[in-house]
Amino acid sequence: MSLLEVKKVSRFFGGITAVKDVSFEVRQGEILGLIGPNGAGKTTLFNVVNGFYVPSRGEVLFKGETISGRKPYEICKRGMARTFQVVKPLQRMSVMDNVVASAFLRAKNRREADELAMETLTFAGLAGDRDVISKGLPLGKRKRLEIARALATRPELLLLDESFAGLNPSELDESIGIIRKIKDRGITIMIIEHHMKVIMSISDRIVVLNYGEKIAEGSPLEIGKNHQVIEAYLGEAQSA
Amino acid sequence: MNKYFPFIALALLALVPLLGLNSYLMHILILVVMWSVIGMAWNLLSGYCGQVSFGHAAFFGAGAYTSGILYFKLGISGWWGLPLSLATSIVFALVIGFICLRLRGPYFALATLAMGVILRITTENLTGFTGGDLGIMIRERSWIEKTNYYYIILALAAVSYWLVKLVIESKLGYYFVAIREDQDAAESLGINTTLYKTIALVLSAMLTGLAGAFYMNYMGYIDPKVVFALHDISIVAIMVVMVGGVATYWGPTVGSLIMVLLAELIRNVPRLGTAHQTLFGILLIVIIIFLPNGIVGDFGKIRRLFGGKAARP
Repeated sequence: MSLLEVKKVSRFFGGITAVKDVSFEVRQGEILGLIGPNGAGKTTLFNVVNGFYVPSRGEVLFKGETISGRKPYEICKRGMARTFQVVKPLQRMSVMDNVVASAFLRAKNRREADELAMETLTFAGLAGDRDVISKGLPLGKRKRLEIARALATRPELLLLDESFAGLNPSELDESIGIIRKIKDRGITIMIIEHHMKVIMSISDRIVVLNYGEKIAEGSPLEIGKNHQVIEAYLGEAQSA
Repeated sequence: MNKYFPFIALALLALVPLLGLNSYLMHILILVVMWSVIGMAWNLLSGYCGQVSFGHAAFFGAGAYTSGILYFKLGISGWWGLPLSLATSIVFALVIGFICLRLRGPYFALATLAMGVILRITTENLTGFTGGDLGIMIRERSWIEKTNYYYIILALAAVSYWLVKLVIESKLGYYFVAIREDQDAAESLGINTTLYKTIALVLSAMLTGLAGAFYMNYMGYIDPKVVFALHDISIVAIMVVMVGGVATYWGPTVGSLIMVLLAELIRNVPRLGTAHQTLFGILLIVIIIFLPNGIVGDFGKIRRLFGGKAARP
């Protein structure tokens, strides 16, 4: 069953077309990778799905209901959470408070929120940093804090926007481990990533965007062999 | 801070009238407590929720005029304005919030500033309803002595302190601070930012309106230029919190103590008296540069400066 359906979505900014007639679906329980060269419209698409932008054309369905035009907080309540490419920690709050703030979405009271937050922090490997003011966290941990904060809203679908960018190899392994664990919990994931090795190894399926249009969709193996994708990334092959 | 500290402080403050202070000192003390109420109110909206208001005089004046008009038009005691000012504050906050809260950052600040001015001009011109520039005078004062006024405003301050603490330690408080830190992130965490900003504004307006209603009954005279003043009300509300400590429980109280005392001290200096606003401006610059978190927020820094032990935060 498809959890999320993107139907012929376009988004224009003035005369510029950021996303054009893109359609795909995210199936329950899978990890869908969204890749494409810089400026391909990946983040714009995320913003449309998550409610920051209203699609100029087309619609987005979540759990069979249309959510285009709904506010981000309403969409979050329905079970979709996201992280940001440029991390947005609540800077002057501690790591724990960051997660407590988001845990309140499902928790009935402070005690429940604290418990849910602590559990999520432990899951994300941040329990040791709970009292650190989030401004002072290194990037790797800030990216993980974004994930923890999104998880504390108990989502069914998690949108990850470049959660691996700028990480060192050991942080990378840690984060990949966390993504796998999230999948094991039955949470569906849609992820934007530039790191090819990561995306090829964790995705069940991949959608490729270029200049705002979908140019390919398929398993990592199929995508790796797709000529259009190789061209988009490496440029056209020199004709002999 | 010790969890009994607020109770001890309240008990000590409640005993102050027994000292038999003269009426001038009691007046100063009442002003300090009243400004701490306004400061706590401003702190809730602007310090915690990050929506910086330059127009709190709008709510102060609305509260004051609620009391004043009850007396002036209906001839009943201005003290009924205390409960009724809650209702008027809510209405004003909802209307002002509907207009201003769709704006962010400095645009919100400017819009609230305009609201204060609009209310002043409106009040000046609705002469039949508000008495216009002549203002409203309550002829028969409730008490000559200051003690009862002091206890009333002290009770309001205690309620304000308790309310702010209750709110900040609950879900509301977390949501307010989340909105202050990053409105987009807050929205994506399922927080209805418009709703919670409105709640912060309404709570803040209610406390400010109460202080305004008290002011009417205590001073016995108001006019639009006094209660809707930009520099004497709206800006002082900001200064009280900036000096004392933004987003701290005791900041507004410490700030109002300093600001009221400073204003009185400067007023007594010959020639310099009229320059108190210049001095406030200089003080604000100094505070922003050296103690950006205010006296309470940067207390550790101050202690180090005077050779005390460095307090680790």
